[in-house]
Amino acid sequence: MGKSLFQKVWDSHSVGTLADGRTQLFIGTHLIHEVTSPQAFGMLRDLGLKVKYPSRTFATVDHIVPTINQDAPQDPLAAEMMQALQKNCDDFGVTYFDLRSGKQGIVHVVGPEQGITQPGTTIACGDSHTATHGAFGAIAFGIGTTQVRDVLATQTMALEPLKVRRIEVTGDLRPGVYAKDVILHIIRLLGAKGGIGYAYEYAGDLFDRMSMEERMTVCNMSIEGGARCGYVNPDAKTIAYLSGRPYVDMSDFDATALRWLSFASDADAHYDDIVRINASDIEPTVTWGISPDHGVAISENIPDPAHASSEIDKQSIEEALAYMKLPAGTPIKGVKIDVAFLGSCTNGRLSDFREAAKYLKGHHVAAGVQAIAVPGSQIVAIQCEKEGLDQVFRDAGFEWRAAGCSMCLAMNPDKLVGDQLCASSSNRNFKGRQGSSTGRTVLMSPVMVVAAAVKGYVADAREVFGMD
Amino acid sequence: MSLEKVIKVSGRGVFVPGADIDTDRIIPARFMKCVTFDGLGEFAFYDVRFDPSGNRTNHPLNDARFQGASILLAGMNFGCGSSREHAPQSLRKYGFNAVIAESFAEIFNGNCTTLAMPCVVASADDVAILRAAIEADPQIEITIDLEKLLVTTSAGHEIPVTMPDSARDSLTAGRWDPIQELLDNNAKIEERAKALGYVA
Ligand code: SF4
Repeated sequence: MGKSLFQKVWDSHSVGTLADGRTQLFIGTHLIHEVTSPQAFGMLRDLGLKVKYPSRTFATVDHIVPTINQDAPQDPLAAEMMQALQKNCDDFGVTYFDLRSGKQGIVHVVGPEQGITQPGTTIACGDSHTATHGAFGAIAFGIGTTQVRDVLATQTMALEPLKVRRIEVTGDLRPGVYAKDVILHIIRLLGAKGGIGYAYEYAGDLFDRMSMEERMTVCNMSIEGGARCGYVNPDAKTIAYLSGRPYVDMSDFDATALRWLSFASDADAHYDDIVRINASDIEPTVTWGISPDHGVAISENIPDPAHASSEIDKQSIEEALAYMKLPAGTPIKGVKIDVAFLGSCTNGRLSDFREAAKYLKGHHVAAGVQAIAVPGSQIVAIQCEKEGLDQVFRDAGFEWRAAGCSMCLAMNPDKLVGDQLCASSSNRNFKGRQGSSTGRTVLMSPVMVVAAAVKGYVADAREVFGMD
Repeated sequence: MSLEKVIKVSGRGVFVPGADIDTDRIIPARFMKCVTFDGLGEFAFYDVRFDPSGNRTNHPLNDARFQGASILLAGMNFGCGSSREHAPQSLRKYGFNAVIAESFAEIFNGNCTTLAMPCVVASADDVAILRAAIEADPQIEITIDLEKLLVTTSAGHEIPVTMPDSARDSLTAGRWDPIQELLDNNAKIEERAKALGYVA
């Protein structure tokens, strides 16, 4: 029996078995940012330890940077965190893509962009959306701060092996359906806890046809499905994307490419579970509640607790609807929005802005809606600006911001106010996620975000923009 | 480094209602702007303990009867959401020494173990029984025995619980913080790095 990519990468990076039975896994690449690293560097100093492989550690600043006047946070705590990261990188010899580097951005956008993210490697980052890097056939884990310390000090961490679930999606997506809808659909189907204990392998001809950026969108939200990591097997697209990137060694690239491809799952690989989905069954999907698996197709109604399948389900729907202030059993289409947010590590890449701008052009944001577009990195920003996309957004009434996590979470000035409802291309709709303890989030694809911005309510982009 | 063996944890309990309590709920992101974990305790569950104007709500953690409780009781999928260790850290700094829930999110569970804070799983019925017991008498002493995988109370309950073997082992053997063992394998780490080819 053959091996899955997960198994191959795990086996090749295993240092040994620890006394508690866990595996000591070598982490080839460690990405760090300002929020979860300072405490880890503090622990390192307390223990008198160094960074084991500074050249395998890369830093950027994303969570707390303001997206207006990026380098001058008004918040003294944010300024302190930025300084701490600078000092830690200096003291320990770590490469830092700072605001002046022209390469700063959301850590999960920067890694691939720089070619740091590579197939057949292990990656760790103190951020749950590290699974994004799995799009390249890497095994990428989100870790806690103590593990950040472990990886800094030893380039390894203690982990339990995972089971592997292959999620096969076959066939073509219908017009107006995007990678974001695919992952929201998968999470809706398998549940926010469905992936616990698993690595997700996204396979099937749909993923084969997806661009690297689309694959990143899917892998990004593996954690919302409960999976520890998610990946797509490397192929010619992966190789083409990486070729020539700054951190890719081009000296013997053909050999490197062959080695990368050799990590792809064998045809007879063992899987602990296989799920099959028809791409044509997927509709533009949005969330209606407070967990990423609270998803519905745009043509559907908000669930009614009266029709819940169990008492637990009923309570969870009631709790979600009470928080969202949405009426049970009514269409999700037409729910009024206050804010539209386009950005984040899920959907803050060039292709997201291109696609959104293509439909936004010639339209205007509805009165009373605040709309912001936030590129995922400085490089994405520059590319968008070269193509004039920023102007499309500005002309339509969007604010065009500097790179960062922005309104995906509440650690910088971009926040919801009161119970504002936000149409968001980000990945989490938890209570309070976007900065107000009563703020409401409806997750959707970038094109659906601009459709909502234009209409002032949750809308079907296919109708708004006449897509077919 | 020699770490304390965590075999039994005792204390009074408090029940935090709701399924899928995520880490944003445990510690709202705006309190994560810190360069050390000290001081996070006071912000645990902040947005449910205080209303938007800063007044205390009737959340159980604000209930005088449960002050000083050190064992947290919760429902399903506790600690889901982000991998932020700020969440277990804030619970630890708040004064919790263990969590009993119907189930846990994986990363959260691992993060708690590394802080010597055991997370044990009890059935929904047993969580409901414990909840009713502490609500009837908040002074009840709860003891989690990691070796026996049993929760007992001073009111006479005996409740079987589960936890991952590795977490149980690392807590009871006093190796819940793996750093020393990881460091000890330095030679093997360097060997692996060399074999991988892309590292050095
Ligand atoms: S964009 Fe959002 S999910 Fe992504 S790294 Fe930033 S805060 Fe985390």
